[in-house]
Amino acid sequence: MTAAPGGRLPPAYLAAGSSSFTDFVAAHDPSLLPHRRPLPPGTSLDAPHGTTIVTVSFDGGVVMAGDRRATMGNIIANRDMEKVFATDEYSAVGIAGTAGIAIELVRLFQVELEHYEKIEGTLMSLEGKANRLASMIRSNLGLAMQGLSVVPLFAGYDLQRGTGRIFSYDVTGGCYEEHDHHGVGSGSLFARGSMKKTWRPGLDRDGAVRVAVEALYDAADDDSATGGPDLSRRIWPTIVSLDADGAVFRSDEEVAGVVTAVVAEREGNPGGGPR
Amino acid sequence: MTSMPFYVSPEQLMKDRADFARKGIARGRSVVVLGYDHGIAFVAENPSRALHKVSEIYDRIAFAAVGKYNEFENLRVAGVRYADLRGYSYDRSDVTARGLANAYAQTLGTVFIQESKPYEVEIVVAEVGTTAEEDQIYRLTYDGSVADEHGYVVMGGAAEPIDQALSERWHPGMTLGDALTLAVELLGKDGNGGDADRQLGPAQLEVAVLDRNRPRRTFRRIAGPLLERLLSRDDPTSDVPTVDDAGPGPHDVLTGDTSVTGDSTREAATNPQTQRPEDA
Repeated sequence: MTAAPGGRLPPAYLAAGSSSFTDFVAAHDPSLLPHRRPLPPGTSLDAPHGTTIVTVSFDGGVVMAGDRRATMGNIIANRDMEKVFATDEYSAVGIAGTAGIAIELVRLFQVELEHYEKIEGTLMSLEGKANRLASMIRSNLGLAMQGLSVVPLFAGYDLQRGTGRIFSYDVTGGCYEEHDHHGVGSGSLFARGSMKKTWRPGLDRDGAVRVAVEALYDAADDDSATGGPDLSRRIWPTIVSLDADGAVFRSDEEVAGVVTAVVAEREGNPGGGPR
Repeated sequence: MTSMPFYVSPEQLMKDRADFARKGIARGRSVVVLGYDHGIAFVAENPSRALHKVSEIYDRIAFAAVGKYNEFENLRVAGVRYADLRGYSYDRSDVTARGLANAYAQTLGTVFIQESKPYEVEIVVAEVGTTAEEDQIYRLTYDGSVADEHGYVVMGGAAEPIDQALSERWHPGMTLGDALTLAVELLGKDGNGGDADRQLGPAQLEVAVLDRNRPRRTFRRIAGPLLERLLSRDDPTSDVPTVDDAGPGPHDVLTGDTSVTGDSTREAATNPQTQRPEDA
């Protein structure tokens, strides 16, 4: 952090301006932002990648779940990484892509939302949050073109409407609202197929958690980069629910119960179809 | 015909500037910051619900000010930027009131000497510790002087009589109810604009606390029925509830509506890899 001579707060601190933390950092110390660092030209490098994230909506909210695996080529880089983050009291981000950059972006996004809350004295609207995240992903395009892409999934509880909403992104920062359910990451094709069959309107929160766990099971079944249920190590998927109660991580006991039930039901019936 | 003098002694220059700043500050109502058994309370006479004199800076740090609104608002925003940037580039636990007070002191000191006009503000930066002994309260004046205060601080127009009364009547370990009642009674004696004792009601007050017992973001404003109950002598309420208000929306204000809500993420750490409590 640079300080003006004499320890005085530098002019950027006292400048009247936006309530965006990112804009302030860009003006004051851009090297702290992931996309402002020059990269040497060259080929892509091996870095840990996060994999599958799913979101499932239910009546009055939305559930986001992610597996715990990070891979580096054919190696499992980390088996208990958290890839679903609460970003404020009513929203959460799940990340797929280069883990290091994604986690840095999430931290920046968390500070961005809290900073806005403190300066403005009010919460940002859900669409405002989704758009701020889009602009962060957009500014990461240079890194994405070198293979360090980040594709988040954003979900939150809309205080105005009283419903959960899901937003997906592409590497260029395009932000699209999704309905009912969605998934990102390498296992998302299989997860989405699974959710098409198991999701139905009018689910409650527990039902949505079940659908998410089934989808992660199906993703891990066919995608080597997605971590399956790890009963021996007792590593469970990260699951957060977003509704009028705010962002609440489901407890290990609760998730363990659901995962164990799903695994038991799939015994002798690996596809999970009706018997 | 009068002419501009060629030489003004530094003593005279500083005195003129100090008098100017003091006059500006004395026009406003006072703010009282005082410790209680479970934290630090901020009490200001402020009928506005939107233009705050007391604000959150960071997890355990709050800011209170008197004087010119645009100037202290400028300093408040700078403080939030300082704290958030420091927390982002280091860790949340590395943001301290002492660091912020030093940065403010340098800024106020430089402005006092170099700019054409000093800031007409007086501010308090307070950090709540895990015990009352670890609480820190720094008072900064327009010329950049810093004082490390113990227990209580009064700023603003009629600070001296209130300070005098607090030195006799404040003691460590007061409950929040007693501390607020005392502060409000003394603010009502604020000599600005008449000597009659005024009864200040919840509508004219801005009250906030840094609650030692809350995890992570400890700053809460107190309003509505909860403030009435805390100020009432007949009501047994003497501290803020441990849970935030029920109902969806921002949870930085406590009004006493406390049907239990879920765990709020305000209470979790923000390091993405350790965002859940260890025992979860």
